[in-house]
Amino acid sequence: MKSGVGRSLGQSLDWKLVVIYLLLVLIGWLNIYASVYSSDPSSIFDWSVRSGKQFVWILTAFGLALLVLFAINPRLWEVLSPYGYLLVLVLLVAVIFLSRDVKGSHSWFEFGPIKFQPAEISKITTSLLLAAVLSRPGFHMNVRKDFLMAAAIIALPMLVIVGESETGSALVYVGFLFVLYREGLSGWFLGVIGAAIILFIVTLKTSPLVSGLVLAALLLAGLIYVLRRTRRYSRDRRFGLRLLLAGAILGGLFIVSTGFAFDHLLAEHQRLRIEVLLGIREDPAGVGYNVRQSMIAIGSGGFWGKGFLQGTQTTFGFVPEQSTDFIFCTVGEEWGFVGCLLVILLYVLLIRRIIYDAEESREAFTRIYGLCLASCLFMHLFINIGMTIGLMPVIGIPLPFLSYGGSSLWAFTLMLFIFVALHRQENKYF
Amino acid sequence: MEINRRSGKLLLGLWVVAAILVVKLFYIQIIDSRYKQDASNNSMIYDVIYPPRGIIYDRNGEILVGNKVCYDILVTPREVGPFDTLSLAAVLGVEPDFIRERMAYYRTYRRKIGFQTLPFVKQLPAETYNKFAELRYAFPGFRGQVRTIREYPFNAGGNLLGYVSEVDAAFLKKHPDEYRSGDYAGRTGLEAAREEELRGSKGYHILLRDNRGRIQSRYKGGEEDRAAVPGHDIVTTIDAPLQQYGQRLMEGKRGSLIAIEPATGEILTMVSSPGIDVDVLTEIGKHYEALVQDKNRPMFNRTVQASYPPGSVFKLINGLIGLQEGVLKPEYQYPCSKGYAYAKNHKLGCHNHRSPLNLEEAVMMSCNAYFCYVLKNLLENPAYKNTGEAFDRWRDYVLSFGFGHPLGTDVPSELGGNVPTSKFYDRHYGKGRWKFSNIVSLSIGQGEIGATPLQIANLAAIVANRGFFYTPHIVKDSDGVRIDDKFRERHYTLVDTTHFHKVIGGMWRAVNGGPGSGGTATAAAVPGLDICGKTGTAQNPHGADNSVFICFAPREHPRIAVVGYVENAGWGGSYAAPIASLLVERYLTGTIREERKPLEQRMMQTRFIP
Repeated sequence: MKSGVGRSLGQSLDWKLVVIYLLLVLIGWLNIYASVYSSDPSSIFDWSVRSGKQFVWILTAFGLALLVLFAINPRLWEVLSPYGYLLVLVLLVAVIFLSRDVKGSHSWFEFGPIKFQPAEISKITTSLLLAAVLSRPGFHMNVRKDFLMAAAIIALPMLVIVGESETGSALVYVGFLFVLYREGLSGWFLGVIGAAIILFIVTLKTSPLVSGLVLAALLLAGLIYVLRRTRRYSRDRRFGLRLLLAGAILGGLFIVSTGFAFDHLLAEHQRLRIEVLLGIREDPAGVGYNVRQSMIAIGSGGFWGKGFLQGTQTTFGFVPEQSTDFIFCTVGEEWGFVGCLLVILLYVLLIRRIIYDAEESREAFTRIYGLCLASCLFMHLFINIGMTIGLMPVIGIPLPFLSYGGSSLWAFTLMLFIFVALHRQENKYF
Repeated sequence: MEINRRSGKLLLGLWVVAAILVVKLFYIQIIDSRYKQDASNNSMIYDVIYPPRGIIYDRNGEILVGNKVCYDILVTPREVGPFDTLSLAAVLGVEPDFIRERMAYYRTYRRKIGFQTLPFVKQLPAETYNKFAELRYAFPGFRGQVRTIREYPFNAGGNLLGYVSEVDAAFLKKHPDEYRSGDYAGRTGLEAAREEELRGSKGYHILLRDNRGRIQSRYKGGEEDRAAVPGHDIVTTIDAPLQQYGQRLMEGKRGSLIAIEPATGEILTMVSSPGIDVDVLTEIGKHYEALVQDKNRPMFNRTVQASYPPGSVFKLINGLIGLQEGVLKPEYQYPCSKGYAYAKNHKLGCHNHRSPLNLEEAVMMSCNAYFCYVLKNLLENPAYKNTGEAFDRWRDYVLSFGFGHPLGTDVPSELGGNVPTSKFYDRHYGKGRWKFSNIVSLSIGQGEIGATPLQIANLAAIVANRGFFYTPHIVKDSDGVRIDDKFRERHYTLVDTTHFHKVIGGMWRAVNGGPGSGGTATAAAVPGLDICGKTGTAQNPHGADNSVFICFAPREHPRIAVVGYVENAGWGGSYAAPIASLLVERYLTGTIREERKPLEQRMMQTRFIP
């Protein structure tokens, strides 16, 4: 860059992030083409099929990325974060009342052919505000007021999204706990939540006796940890022991009441999906159908895959939502284990790179925003791929950068490139 | 590079989760062959098995609605290879142009259709399908699918049974979960009312096909297939031969003919005329337009939907209420001078008969004047504050006879008729400004009162039972189908049992009084059957009077109660009474006596509508 101050673009931009991004977008585009190919052997640029449309989304997404990199002052994101957050929160609430019912959920704004889901943008605004608040001087995660503030920032949009019956999208917000942990939240929190999830699954899958034993084992592990890691008579040990006691009581109640919560609090389709996932219910044509077809598609890919455009499962239309939420099936079928490995590796490298860049940053805002970004990508990656291979219940969220759809691609591009811009600005001047 | 300890832990977590995903992928892509089937790119297709619908029986086990097997020819356009259009047309019995048109259509919409399988020709008989099956190899992409369609061994009860047809877009929108395009559903009558029991549930075979679309084998040897569950059979209370006989009697007439077994409330026969022939039901699509446009409205189930003035049969109710209220004694005599003058220069006419009469004779000869006195006594009863209060009490009695509201039968789309309230007259004349003379026509079942033929038939059953009824119904208990407990409940009227014999005597004499006695229904007399009946002649603003007759037989322990309601057929004794009595005779004796054959002939041959 000739224009004066700072390092050149080549030196300041994290090219690795950009390259991985481009690779993922390309892989997504090719697989979208493959997923519509057999029923429609037309050009990949054909505007009337999804691959052609995605091409347009990709080009516009690039435009968006350039805009974020070169036209918008990165400082603005922090300044504007409270307004953006509030605006999106209002949209999230408004969409409940203004949208049509799509498979039971109210989450899409429709303007003629253009559809837009505020929940996609809400991840960005939540991350920005969280970064702004947590990076404020004097913020301490262990001060109750501060912690509640952070929790509220995360919980507010999450609850509204649950209210839109988009429980899947809301699940992504659990990922922000990782950020809070990094910023000083006690590790007990993650531990307790992890244990609760294990207990929940075990309780549903097995008898109360087994769940009781698992609870005992978890408590024992916790006890050993507390006794070894904390000093006698310390505050930490007293806290740990109290937590374990509470865990024992709540866990017991949990085992007794899980059946009830499961039967009465979850919606019918969610309960079915979880039951099928856990193998409690065999249901090949119903809820399990998606998962079964998806697993057959991926499983039939074998080691090397069937080759580009050679898939039958995904292209014959057996896998529903094959170019959106189930795009990973096409990868698995046509590119095999090798292709899957490559895609997962790309994601891991991307997330890893983001975490490193974030940690490298001297600005708390950039660091925290980066971690938020990494957490969101991680949650999408785990939930989406986990769903296609039967590790997670069917939760309709896209695979970042790969799934078909303009609003999802734009949202993730925007989210990533805000970080790239923040990172670059710092690199440019220091 | 050094990194924050906690971020390091998170990063470790990332690697662990990625490893879990990869291990699971490794397992399903490489180790577990279950998900692979084999190397030849197999895929699963669900081949739907349609269940046979439940059969509908009559009360004696005769099949009213059965099933017959037919075949749909399905086509998967993507798999169609070159074939000889002319020979396919010959085999399926369709025009070659039809096939060319369809193929052109599939080509035009190939994108939309993709790999879907579509119906090509529907409901082919087995013989045609067998020809196709032999030559199937010559028509790649075409295959047959078994369906069952309705078959009607008896021409009985078309309207009542209703029809089954393929679900349309509007229906699918209303039932998005239970039905798929191509399913059949009952749309009217019993087929619709009992759809849930009759339809059964679909099953499927899971088949595997290779990458050229050829079906290879059963998935897991059929282990995960689901069998179709046939629908439950329904046993109706209908007596099929009697229903058929009733339909023949009502041919060419507009009206209703209903028979009820008083001891159970079971409907033996329910004819709405003109109705729909059962042959029309199987191919309802072809006839639908004509049926809807027919001005005699064959789709309209008069028995439960038409609201008629009951006419003179209603005198029975007024008489019974009078007895119960104590304003009438059987021996009371009232004069009749060819009518009843209820106001200056206003007279409600009556026919020529001797005078004065007591209650039994008034029922027998259907004297209008007598029942005007009865209603007058009721409404001017000093026990009540005013006419309005007396009227509302009268109305309570009438409602207890099942009038003025739907009976709650299981015959679909039942309506309730109408019994006016005192408020209605208050609105019309002003509060307290009306009296008996304003509503004198109610004495003889005319005026503001309306009843369905089923309600009138139920009246016959009530009198036969001496004061109670079971809600009339057409479905009986059988394996797998339980009827509602409400059909086992006796409903008592507000009139005591002891009063009924006083009008029944008159009903017996109306039929069995012999010629010259003045009885109004002597044409209905059958020696030995002890038929008790009451005629009615209801005014019809569109043409001649309606001919009405209710009866039951035998007098003691009645086995059948009947209403005949024939529109524009004149007075009650002319058509309704003979028709109803023929139905009774046929039911009780199984045949028609020689001397009544000419009457039967005349009834069957008379036509009031083309």
